[in-house]
Amino acid sequence: MYEWPILSVVTFLPLVGALLIVLMIRGDDEVAKRNARWVALWATLVTFVISLLLLFGFDPSNPDFQFVEYQAWLGDVAAYRMGVDGISLPFVLLTTLLMPMCILASWDAIQHRVKEYMICFLVLETLMIGTFSVLDLLLFYFFFEGGLIPMFLIIGIWGHGRKVYAAFKFFLYTLAGSVLMMLAIMAIYWQAGTTDIAVLLKHDFPEGMQYWLWIAFFASFAVKMPMWPVHTWLPDAHVEAPTAGSVILAAIMLKMGGYGLLRFSLPMFPDASAYFAPFVFTLSVIAIIYTSLVALRQEDMKKLIAYSSIAHMGYVTMGIFTLTQEGIQGAVFQMVSHGFVSGALFLCVGVLYDRMHTREIAAYGGLVFRMPVYATLFMVFTMANVGLPGTSGFIGEFLTLLAAFGRNTWVAFLATTGVILSAAYALWLYRRVVFGALEKESLKNIRDVNPRELATLVPLLFFTILFGVWPQPILDACNVAVNAIVARADVAAGAIKAAALVLP
Amino acid sequence: MTLTLAALGPALPELLLAFSALALLMFGAFAGPKSTDTVNGLALAALFAALVLVLLGPTDATLFNGAFHVDAFGRFMKVLALLGAGGTLAMSVDWLKAEKQDRFEYAILVLLSTLGMMMLISAGDLIALYMGLELMSLALYVIAANNRDSVRSTEAGLKYFVLGALSSGMLLYGASLIYGFTGSVNFAQIAQAAREPSLGLIFGIVFMFAGLCFKVSAVPFHMWTPDVYEGAPAPVTAFFASAPKVAAMAVFVRFAMEALPNVTHQWQQIIVFVSIASMALGSFGAIGQRNFKRLMAYSSIGHMGFALVGLAAGTEQGVQGVLVYMAIYMAMTLGAFACILSMRRKDGMVETYDELAGLAHTSPVKAFMLAVLMFSLAGIPPLAGFLAKYYVFLAAIESGLYALAVIGVLTSVVGAFYYLRIVKIMYFDEPAAPFEPMRSEPRVVLAVSGTFTLLFFVYPAPLIAAAGVAARALF
Repeated sequence: MYEWPILSVVTFLPLVGALLIVLMIRGDDEVAKRNARWVALWATLVTFVISLLLLFGFDPSNPDFQFVEYQAWLGDVAAYRMGVDGISLPFVLLTTLLMPMCILASWDAIQHRVKEYMICFLVLETLMIGTFSVLDLLLFYFFFEGGLIPMFLIIGIWGHGRKVYAAFKFFLYTLAGSVLMMLAIMAIYWQAGTTDIAVLLKHDFPEGMQYWLWIAFFASFAVKMPMWPVHTWLPDAHVEAPTAGSVILAAIMLKMGGYGLLRFSLPMFPDASAYFAPFVFTLSVIAIIYTSLVALRQEDMKKLIAYSSIAHMGYVTMGIFTLTQEGIQGAVFQMVSHGFVSGALFLCVGVLYDRMHTREIAAYGGLVFRMPVYATLFMVFTMANVGLPGTSGFIGEFLTLLAAFGRNTWVAFLATTGVILSAAYALWLYRRVVFGALEKESLKNIRDVNPRELATLVPLLFFTILFGVWPQPILDACNVAVNAIVARADVAAGAIKAAALVLP
Repeated sequence: MTLTLAALGPALPELLLAFSALALLMFGAFAGPKSTDTVNGLALAALFAALVLVLLGPTDATLFNGAFHVDAFGRFMKVLALLGAGGTLAMSVDWLKAEKQDRFEYAILVLLSTLGMMMLISAGDLIALYMGLELMSLALYVIAANNRDSVRSTEAGLKYFVLGALSSGMLLYGASLIYGFTGSVNFAQIAQAAREPSLGLIFGIVFMFAGLCFKVSAVPFHMWTPDVYEGAPAPVTAFFASAPKVAAMAVFVRFAMEALPNVTHQWQQIIVFVSIASMALGSFGAIGQRNFKRLMAYSSIGHMGFALVGLAAGTEQGVQGVLVYMAIYMAMTLGAFACILSMRRKDGMVETYDELAGLAHTSPVKAFMLAVLMFSLAGIPPLAGFLAKYYVFLAAIESGLYALAVIGVLTSVVGAFYYLRIVKIMYFDEPAAPFEPMRSEPRVVLAVSGTFTLLFFVYPAPLIAAAGVAARALF
């Protein structure tokens, strides 16, 4: 499409920004801090603009990978292969879009070790974009796991409260989940003789092997998603991370799990996916109901949103494992939408935290009197979180529930209770924080959102509404790619029917 | 067959080291203590010259009726051993001077030990193996007690000596059994004779392996490691952790692959057990440690376990994995010890790693390099340590050793905990008093090893290819 390696440029441009900060900016005074922030902002903005070229060059009707690049790297064992299709492109764009906002959200909140902070974020951006755009299994693992290092530092250095505990838990949990995937990658290499994803997607693995490989990949992605019962790292990591760290975690890093399931588990192991679908349904339904109930009882705003994220990821896994066109498209849509909505909700909490330095729900109340603009924005995102029609949150939930209904009525029935519960906890949170009387002395002088904060929230608001009323772009983009997955899954359709009988 | 002087050509690096050790000993003995600097410099030059000779020398030759092999495998390992010895010797000169432990014998003993390693790596029969092993070990026993006025150091030397002698005894017993049941000491002829394993041969293998496991400090023959690492002076510990491990691993691999290729399934289970036990003990044992050197001892036990995973596979791929692993392990170890050597305050050396608190504030570059090394030791991509682990486990999966691989990667998660803790101390904790500035040699070593570890993934092909060529030499 383009004469130059656009994907590599998008992937490694943030790293160039990080290098610039390392090499050009000396000292720790105000000037250095300001320069670091501006370099980071420009690096992420330019990356975003270039990534838009991907959008214009992308052909949604082409089922193959596009913008493909190849470079020899590790001989037979692995090579540098890049490329995107309709499933990965939305995530690449989501990442590049959210990064400038994360930098902006940290503009005033981060005051010590600014340089290192910006370096961590830029490196993290490279690793995240790489995760979504590589076409080599080993390289995917590189990017997927490499993201742990900057995130560990972000939580541990710039977090709050029990940050060390949270950072260790995040790191070790995710690592423990992923190492088995590493062994599975090796087994795949010996079985198929390559780590080229484009080839592997068409490779037929022996059925007995598929189960083991599926389990190994699932262990990694389930932790990353996170699915009940391996979700416990997420509330800790979210609560203790700085605002921008929470945004990245919720909006992008969780999506790596869902992306991995779509990219690897379904097309490479269709028999195993059909076999394990009821198991995933069970976990998803438990996640939706249980974590929604847990969210109801939270006293910390971030923790509440964290639990709601787990519940929403439950819809994603449920949708993916319906193995139907609408279910998978709904899952992709739900992930992108959740990227906007949960990111925005964490930014909203960050706005309050920057002013009051507490995230306790009980410390707030009656904010609507002092912060009308904030209250409006927060309301839209709360509604989107609930899944109100007209917001992007609705489309994904509806499509996944629709698909689940066709697959198994009980699953759909139980999962739908999650919609009601999410309304309960989200609206209750909103009521306690924004409505009520403005009684607390400390809140009487609180200021409304400033232009910088508006700049982070308004774009998200725009996309939340836009995709709520016009979901076509995302659905069209992933249509062909999802088609291919479903076609492979249909080979194993007989197995699904047998499995569906287990849960009448 | 008469031996002409020219025929000794392939052994030129070894001859050079032997002659320089002897000449420097004479020089030091006559010139007295003030000659230490000169001896150190010349010893370094000798190591460097040997390195050049190894690189320029022939890649395939056999000397002394098959007792001495020069091949690509040996060359790869010799380069590693020489780099390890040279790097640690360069780092230790200043340190020993500052601690008033500088003696000219130190550099000579390092040279002799390195000579032993080179012979060990090239050993083609059991006698050459034993000679190389003893030459290496005897010099190591002495330098463990280099700080002869310290109880800890002499205890370390004595402990190392007694246990080392025991393991040599076992090794010799095993060697004699193997000789008795196969009728030869030559590796190739043992391989010929050992097509049908007999009980005596298996006994011999077990005893040989016990002795070799001691030298690479694999569980259950690891007990000496933490005490010796802690007791010996820090540069000596750095030396122990690098070059001798490489040499011992090299002879382990060579012996297993050249002498016992036909009885693989007999010894494979031993290696699998030793490997699992080492990885587990290295991971869990290090958690409770506060002393950085002791921590590195457990860390090295664990890493030897990982390297043995490649040997357990018993294939060319596995040997390649071991070679890659040893190369990267040595780079990381040297860097870590460069940091340990520079943990010096005005009132002397400190060894508990809590003293690193807030290093990211006081010396950011050093903290960054050490953090890179720690993440790499933990095996986190994209750092070199990950690729090292990848190659050994790749071989294990190829050979169907699934249980070993699964247990191995899970213990690496446990191990990640204590490496992360060092990063945490440096980056998350409040700064302690700064250290004295690093001296130039450790600084160079740290910079080289940190950069190598960080950027290895950019262009890994040359090392991997070299290891592949080296591995092919054994098959």
